[in-house]
Amino acid sequence: MRRILIAIGTTLTGLVLLFSFPTSLNRIAAANAVGAAATGSAATTTSTSTADADAAAAAAQAAADAAAAAAATSASGTYDGAVASTRFGEVQVRITVVDGVMTASEAIAYPGGDRKNVQISSFSIPILNQEAVAAGSANIAMVSGATYTSGGYIDSLQSALDQAGL
Amino acid sequence: MTAVTERAGAAVVDRPGVATDETAPDRRRAWVEQIMGMPISVHVRGAGAWRPAAAEAAAKLFADLREVDRIFSTYKPDSEISRLGRGELTLDACDPAVREVHRLCEVARTRTDGYVDAWAVPGRPGLFDPTVLVKSWAVARAARHFEAVPALALAVGAGGDILVRPGDEPDPWLIGIQDPHDRTATLATVPVHDGGIATSGLAARGSHIFDPHTGAAVTEVVSATVIGPSLMWADVWATAAVARGAGAVDWVETLHGTSGLLVLADGAVHRWQNEP
Repeated sequence: MRRILIAIGTTLTGLVLLFSFPTSLNRIAAANAVGAAATGSAATTTSTSTADADAAAAAAQAAADAAAAAAATSASGTYDGAVASTRFGEVQVRITVVDGVMTASEAIAYPGGDRKNVQISSFSIPILNQEAVAAGSANIAMVSGATYTSGGYIDSLQSALDQAGL
Repeated sequence: MTAVTERAGAAVVDRPGVATDETAPDRRRAWVEQIMGMPISVHVRGAGAWRPAAAEAAAKLFADLREVDRIFSTYKPDSEISRLGRGELTLDACDPAVREVHRLCEVARTRTDGYVDAWAVPGRPGLFDPTVLVKSWAVARAARHFEAVPALALAVGAGGDILVRPGDEPDPWLIGIQDPHDRTATLATVPVHDGGIATSGLAARGSHIFDPHTGAAVTEVVSATVIGPSLMWADVWATAAVARGAGAVDWVETLHGTSGLLVLADGAVHRWQNEP
């Protein structure tokens, strides 16, 4: 049982990481920006509220309750926890028990239905270019920049991109 | 040059020799028109990109924006905004669109602590000038015409602000963020499935963003790009970030569900990504 609780703790940590979208606070001198890839996944747990941790814990605990019964009889199998509501949507955890020991845990229900939506529901952090990238050479469809006028359009990056589809 | 200024009327005609069935190899198409003094680029991706229904949606989008320009242009003396400003029209007598934008400008002023203020245009204090958010509001509204072709992925660019929709296409739109110091280059890229990307800054027209509290031109934030679920709010946030100056670095952390990038006057680049 104690090992299960430790494992549940691991699950909880994983869930908190999964559903926290950490804030990246990176001030990089432009000259040093070369090679700086997105670091949005840097683990910063300060942005996860207690409520979310509680919800994730509830999801993990529901699975643990099911597993506890199994563990008592040294059973094996997979157990699905109850669906828990988090700020990001419904979360459900499945754990795998072998001979009374939890060997694996995974989230089987994600907000919006699948793992992809977890990504989409948050916007990616812009990735700094390794080097000057010609807009037409990297599948870039549109360029966001400070408002330019009609006069400035002809020699703009966007103009070149539009030409490809006109 | 000719292609760039092609009118939607001409674009309705499908390209000769291109198959228009589902197996057509050419799954991308673009249209451009100059409206509201800026280029409006419409790109679509997916099966049916070259079908007439897509071109019809683009034509309706452009027509929608021309109508917005007719109502909201501060350069046209007979626009409702101009007549409202001269006291010839009351707000209640204006087009419902004017009243909606008026309300949104009030919300924007509150939500940005006054840094985006449609009643604090330099030289004309107190006069209602919704230019700060009309463009992005109008683009987001006009994009509804593409609901007629829901399978197509859509990207609409309006003078540097971009709205994207995923359609049935699995791949995101890859958006380049212009280098404010070199407008022929991109500083960063960001993949976006569904949402808005807006950039405000000092690059294109020289310094044209002011701190409404002091009236002084701001210089600390050279460029601010905000990516979020709503194009109009991304636009408002980006303008507010530039107007806030150095305080923007901390302030952007409060913008839930957005990511983005600030280019500061000292060359530093600040990026962020906030949970919803």
